[in-house]
Amino acid sequence: MSGILNSSIGRKFAMALSALFLMIFLLQHFTINLLSVFSEDTFNNVSHFMGTFWLIQYVLQPVLILGVIFHFVMGFVLEIRNRNARQISYAKNNGSANSSWMSRNMIWSGLAILAFIGLHFYDFWAPEINVKYFKGDMSGLIDPDNVNSGFRYWEELHHKFVDIWRVVLYCIAFIFLSLHLLHGFSSAFQSTGMNNKYTKSLQGFGKAYAIIIPLGFVFIALFHHFTH
Amino acid sequence: MNLTLKIWRQANANDKGKMVDYKISDVSPDMSFLEMLDVLNNELIEKGEEPVAFDHDCREGICGSCSLYINGEAHGPDRGVTTCQLHMRMFKDGDTIFIEPFRAKAFPVIKDLVVDRTAFDRIQHAGGFISVNTSGNTIDANAIPVNKENADDAFSAATCIGCGACVASCKNSSAMLFVGAKVSQFALLPQGRVEATDRVLNMVNQMDAEGFGNCTNTGACEVECPKGISLENIARMNREYLAASLKG
Amino acid sequence: MALDSKIPQGPIADKWTNYKNHIDLVNPANKRNIDVIVVGTGLAGGSAAATLAELGYNVKAFCFQDSPRRAHSIAAQGGINAAKNYQGDGDSTYRLFYDTVKGGDYRSREANVYRLAEVSANIIDQCVAQGVPFAREYGGLLDNRSFGGVLVSRTFYAAGQTGQQLLLGAYSAMNRQIGRGKIKMYNRHEMLDVVKVDGKARGIITRNLITGEIERHSAHAVVLGTGGYGNVFFLSTNAMGSNVTAAWKAHKRGAYFANPCYTQIHPTCIPVSGDHQSKLTLMSESLRNDGRIWVPKKMEDVKAIRNKTLKPTEIAEEDRDYYLERRYPAFGNLVPRDVASRAAKERCDAGYGVNATGEAVYLDFASAITRYGKEQATIKGLNLNDAALVKKLGQEVVKNKYGNLFQMYEKIVDEDPYNTPMMIYPAVHYTMGGIWVDYNLMTTVPGLYAIGEANFSDHGANRLGASALMQGLADGYFVLPYTIGDYLSNDIRTGPIPTDTKEFDEAEAEVRKNIDHLINNNGTHSVDYFHKRLGKIMWNKCGMARNAEDLKSAITEISELRAEFWKDVKVPGTANEFNEELAKAGRVADFLELGELFAKDALQREESAGGHFREEYQTSEGEAMRRKEFQYVSAWEYKGEPKDAVLHKEELEYENIQVKERSYK
Repeated sequence: MSGILNSSIGRKFAMALSALFLMIFLLQHFTINLLSVFSEDTFNNVSHFMGTFWLIQYVLQPVLILGVIFHFVMGFVLEIRNRNARQISYAKNNGSANSSWMSRNMIWSGLAILAFIGLHFYDFWAPEINVKYFKGDMSGLIDPDNVNSGFRYWEELHHKFVDIWRVVLYCIAFIFLSLHLLHGFSSAFQSTGMNNKYTKSLQGFGKAYAIIIPLGFVFIALFHHFTH
Repeated sequence: MNLTLKIWRQANANDKGKMVDYKISDVSPDMSFLEMLDVLNNELIEKGEEPVAFDHDCREGICGSCSLYINGEAHGPDRGVTTCQLHMRMFKDGDTIFIEPFRAKAFPVIKDLVVDRTAFDRIQHAGGFISVNTSGNTIDANAIPVNKENADDAFSAATCIGCGACVASCKNSSAMLFVGAKVSQFALLPQGRVEATDRVLNMVNQMDAEGFGNCTNTGACEVECPKGISLENIARMNREYLAASLKG
Repeated sequence: MALDSKIPQGPIADKWTNYKNHIDLVNPANKRNIDVIVVGTGLAGGSAAATLAELGYNVKAFCFQDSPRRAHSIAAQGGINAAKNYQGDGDSTYRLFYDTVKGGDYRSREANVYRLAEVSANIIDQCVAQGVPFAREYGGLLDNRSFGGVLVSRTFYAAGQTGQQLLLGAYSAMNRQIGRGKIKMYNRHEMLDVVKVDGKARGIITRNLITGEIERHSAHAVVLGTGGYGNVFFLSTNAMGSNVTAAWKAHKRGAYFANPCYTQIHPTCIPVSGDHQSKLTLMSESLRNDGRIWVPKKMEDVKAIRNKTLKPTEIAEEDRDYYLERRYPAFGNLVPRDVASRAAKERCDAGYGVNATGEAVYLDFASAITRYGKEQATIKGLNLNDAALVKKLGQEVVKNKYGNLFQMYEKIVDEDPYNTPMMIYPAVHYTMGGIWVDYNLMTTVPGLYAIGEANFSDHGANRLGASALMQGLADGYFVLPYTIGDYLSNDIRTGPIPTDTKEFDEAEAEVRKNIDHLINNNGTHSVDYFHKRLGKIMWNKCGMARNAEDLKSAITEISELRAEFWKDVKVPGTANEFNEELAKAGRVADFLELGELFAKDALQREESAGGHFREEYQTSEGEAMRRKEFQYVSAWEYKGEPKDAVLHKEELEYENIQVKERSYK
């Protein structure tokens, strides 16, 4: 087992495992966000639980951040090594004849997503951390001094999507996310060895996942923008 | 038909190399691509110029000698064929055709379009065999029944001709389709299971040592493979490798 | 020197066993001190190199390709024979022996063929143990099919890529030994001479095809597994690089060259399409299991087809001449290759050829497709009378059996063989002739061995389908490793052979002189120009039908062409680099000598036998007429020019088989 990360297949496997983990996270994130469309209260309650439960805050959140960092760093490492494996490039290369744009440009869709994560952290995560751990306000209330002011989560979310430029940026990012997933989903299964005649149906599921989840996020962003 | 050829010329491994333009006329659509290059070379020789060096041998798509990256694709635009089986009817009068060597750090250019693919051999030295002596004193062939499905899959994997189109087509210059096919052929047969663990570890280690890139599952290799070797072989190798790593 | 075939005494069935029991062996510790050079890494060379290394010898293996796996054995399609009798159809060692001797038109050496048949079954066991994925039945056991000239199903196969799978098996055995350091592999090296010390083969001179460097390699014995010389015809099914150089250099150093005129013209190849053609493509003989060969009966249909106003599928059944079924009812489309080829030539010469050049016949799968389709429909309980359905089901079966061949045909000819018959014509495929060897596979030069297609031994005047793979592997895996030990047992005290001796100096100097001449010649024509002209002479005058007059003029023409070549060939570039033209020039120079000997051999053989058909010697029905007084192997000794070559005869005796008229009717 030692040194598995030094081997090509080991790296690929690690990349796939982190991807599968992130895809599960994404599904969870999406489910909770979708609640904001249907019920303000439910969304608030779930958000408060997520934001204050110790297991999530102190265990899963760091794991998630490490997972994201690992996925990106490994992505860059692989990209550099892969570029290195061909030192003179072709004068003419017809990549579209044999592979999808998505599969050939994971690094670019990944970088777009990374930029988006920066924005997303600036929008939500950083203020959240600031309120909870720097100001020490763990109440989750709009007005921490007023118990009846209600949870702030839905309000904050809803308010963020007033700006049309943010909605546009989010939507663009979701398109990149979709492109990334369109290749990434089946790729992760291939890398972990799950591709044979019994797993063909996974391909369809992967495509559906890669389109429906980002489309759902787009819908949520638009919903909050247009319900102002 | 008349064509413009843009061909990579490189005198030897140390030369920098460049693309050079050639005109060729009266090309018959029934010619194979290599026969078209033969005509060009004969013209060059009779004019006192150096012919274009390219690898080729059987000219029936089985030896795996011929290579060439033609108009941005390994073995050219046709599917399921090697360059020697590519016919000029795939092109039309007035076309410009780019002809480049298979490119990868692990496949250094020897001259013009000829590259060194011995990295593939070295991977096979590391484990591409079943350790059985060739004395003939083995058990009767029919004493080892093999389920037909596995036998057919092993055969499909074994049809790999080792041409390197997978490496050339891969944006990462990865050799995993080749190695996956070799690992699969033996992994699918009862005779090969005995050494399966060591085999996959050794072959993958050698593959990495040769400087091939990492598979990112674009699938280009499978499309360009003249023998249609399936990506399932890479998945099988991944499984075999991961299982072997856990064991060993 | 008188020829001694060194056939062991005793009844034929015991010869090989007795021989093995009585030869001298080399003990394992001594094997480590003995070097063996193996030139060529096809089925014969590859399997020999692997086995010798396994036994403990230090092997140096050479091939001109960039990897041993690319040797031309890889292109063999149909299968490999073995007397396993898995089908229970009455096969036996004797029957395989009998079929091979008869198929070779009683011009092969009995003892060698019997040994071949004897070890054939081991080959299959060996290959399966190595992981060769032969075709299997649903029960998991090995499948067989039939080939021409036999009445049993004894051919093992792996789709249409049997040679590839067997070679990869031998290559994997080599890989194991290369990995252990027991084989030192020299890729992209061409052997340019054999070096003899005190009359024994002790090394070779090679040219590194990448750097142009001339190298000396020494060993206690040299094994040539360098294949056949079909490319003397320029157009053949051989690979572009297949050549006679190694064998010819050995001949020049004293190895007799046997039966050069025995060439196999394979009946089912894709016809020539134009002057640009660089090689011909074989369509496996296995296709004759299911394909029926025919030409139209009526001349007006032939004309209409050539004008493209009529399609072959439009010709009614009664207007087709299934000439093999008509002439040879017992064997039908599965007559041996020489017979099938001549029959095609006969029809085409009579004007019934079906393509523009008049040199093509049909190979038709329509009835097989219908037959298989009905079988499948019956199995699946579907409507037998639904023609479209039956055709579809039948096409699937045919695709499973021959898919890769059909695809190959379609890519080359641009016609779909599932819906219209293939067009085929005979083409040069294999050379039964080669370096003369005794029972030990040793040539007339002590310590120099020849195996596989490079030697002459087992196929007589005609080789049966699926027998070349069998012979290559039998020689390499099971015969040579024993016989060479008998010779090497005298070398355990010899020590390493030095390369800084006058013999090596001289051989290298000669190689360099030749190369310098070619490079500095400054002629006007490319190597191919001469090779094509040689090919034309060979095909027209030494091809499927030969006569004394043509052969005499061929001898003169080839000798003139050779003189012209040396004066006027143009080889660009330098000697010290990758130079394909230089390599080709050397090979064609040797073909230009061999070609003349070929014609000379054909001229002296005043009979028809197997692949050698002399128009003067045929029966009233146009069949080959063998003559008792030519029941010998013609082994030629080199004396300077091919015209001066001296003929030695090895009389062939048949004690275990009755020499009969070879009938397939």
